[in-house]
Amino acid sequence: MNYNETQLIAIKDFLYKIADDQLIIGHRNSEWTGLGPLVEEDIAFSSIAQDKIGQAQHIYEILHSLGEADADTIAFTRSAADFKSCHLVEYPIGEYDFSLMRNFLFNHAEKIRFEMLADTSLEQLGKLARKYRGEIKYHTMHADTWVKQLGRANEESHARMQTALNETFNLALGIFEESEYAGELKKMGIFEGEVILQQKWIEAITPILEAATLVIPDKNTWQPVYGGRKGYHTEYLEPMLVEMGEVFRLDPKAEW
Amino acid sequence: MYGNAQIDSKDKAKSLTEGEDPIKLAEFEARIIRGEKIEPKDWMPAAYRKQLIRMIEQHAHSEIIGALPEGTWITRAPGFRRKLALMAKVQDEVGHAQLLYSAAETLGKTREDMINDLINGKSKYSNVFNYPAMTWADTAIIAWLIDAGAIINQVTNSKGSYGPYCRALERICSEESFHLKYGHDNVVFLSTGTQQQREMVQDALNRWWTPIMHFHGPPDKVSQHTEVLMRWKVKMASNDDMRYRFLDEYVPKIWDLGLTIPDPKLRKNEETGVWDYTEPDWEEFKRVINGDGPCNKERLQVRRWAEEKGAWVRRALLKAESKYTIPLA
Repeated sequence: MNYNETQLIAIKDFLYKIADDQLIIGHRNSEWTGLGPLVEEDIAFSSIAQDKIGQAQHIYEILHSLGEADADTIAFTRSAADFKSCHLVEYPIGEYDFSLMRNFLFNHAEKIRFEMLADTSLEQLGKLARKYRGEIKYHTMHADTWVKQLGRANEESHARMQTALNETFNLALGIFEESEYAGELKKMGIFEGEVILQQKWIEAITPILEAATLVIPDKNTWQPVYGGRKGYHTEYLEPMLVEMGEVFRLDPKAEW
Repeated sequence: MYGNAQIDSKDKAKSLTEGEDPIKLAEFEARIIRGEKIEPKDWMPAAYRKQLIRMIEQHAHSEIIGALPEGTWITRAPGFRRKLALMAKVQDEVGHAQLLYSAAETLGKTREDMINDLINGKSKYSNVFNYPAMTWADTAIIAWLIDAGAIINQVTNSKGSYGPYCRALERICSEESFHLKYGHDNVVFLSTGTQQQREMVQDALNRWWTPIMHFHGPPDKVSQHTEVLMRWKVKMASNDDMRYRFLDEYVPKIWDLGLTIPDPKLRKNEETGVWDYTEPDWEEFKRVINGDGPCNKERLQVRRWAEEKGAWVRRALLKAESKYTIPLA
């Protein structure tokens, strides 16, 4: 399919947003390797992280086919201002409650996003979206199981999970920051838009949080944390990227 | 990744069998001679159980502590291919810890007790992990040569007598063989790459040669104690035997890549077929194993942090009815 210049910009913006989120949250989750509360959780977080980073790589490869640099160059040499990730994924891992709640909120949004993309007109992306459903199913299953267990287990774990939900909720709303190209994407049959995604997300997470006896913050208090999609980031992103590219940037032309 | 268990040479051989029923002991030893595996509910001498717990526990700790020096490079691995491979590799190591803690639990010590002994400094882990991975090339050398050393030890021990440990080791070895391929591929890229890459990998080899030579432990003192453990197929080969096997297989491969091993004496004696080398500093080995290495404190601090920060999660999983019970045998 041939796209005009505006369409191409809209598509690239959309793909960068999805892939950057996955790369950054994958990178963050990989930081749990060796530090989890149980060795089983080190292993689970690592598997999820590997899936996310692999998915990011595939989407960067689509971008490459649309004229952008190769996947390694995209991931390992850009600076923070060029990233389109939301703030939720950028925060350091914190404690397990924070990381787990972040995964729960993020994975559900991503699961629905890829369901919506299964019949997108951008065929390369549709193919990946259909493939990822099988992987992301396990990511949400993992998060749901733990959120329900820890929400109900005892007073301490309940309080921690409720605090984590309060801390991450507005950040998670930032996932759905609408793009200026939303109309274009919809017209091309690529994506229905973040507003619908957010509605579906609330519907998906509500029963699980209820089962976990956790309360979603009152709608009047919602203050979505936007900016990431336009290149405004938390203070945590740039140092993370410096670390991520530390070896690669020693000599980007070398084969590692 | 694991070298070889520390055997307490102060234990007297006689004390290993003292107080045991001679008929049961004879039957136990006959089973081992017949090549049978000992299973968790079978009768076994107390000293056999004790030595195996010590050995499997040290091995499990080595896996989980061994995840740390390489784990710090997951966030810096250059490029998707290496990043994904290193994540999977370190994940495997943690998986090995899980398998091994379970194998050791069949002998009656809980995972909690083992981890407590680790963070209190009571039980040991492989000495090499008290050295830092200074550059990306160090992770390549670790993945290739430390894992190679570990495979030699683990393949040998998988022929031992305790069923659950042998089965865990077989699975571990098949995964480690992928690590070794990953490590070798990584070293090949560096040693045939740019001048900077070649220097990085040579420096890493120089830094890691002593820990590699330490890996299988000091030359064994010949004692009755060791003899009993070998008869029981707890210890399967002497430390020097394993070191020779490692040198035999890997020194030519290292030389093939144009790397220099920092030991001018190292060569194979064509007449005896034995490797000549400079003995590594065993005083340093003792110092490090007793807590005074470059990273001992940091490694245990990280482990302690993980245990303390994760305690609330484990508490939230406890159910009164699922309390652990010690096996009968």
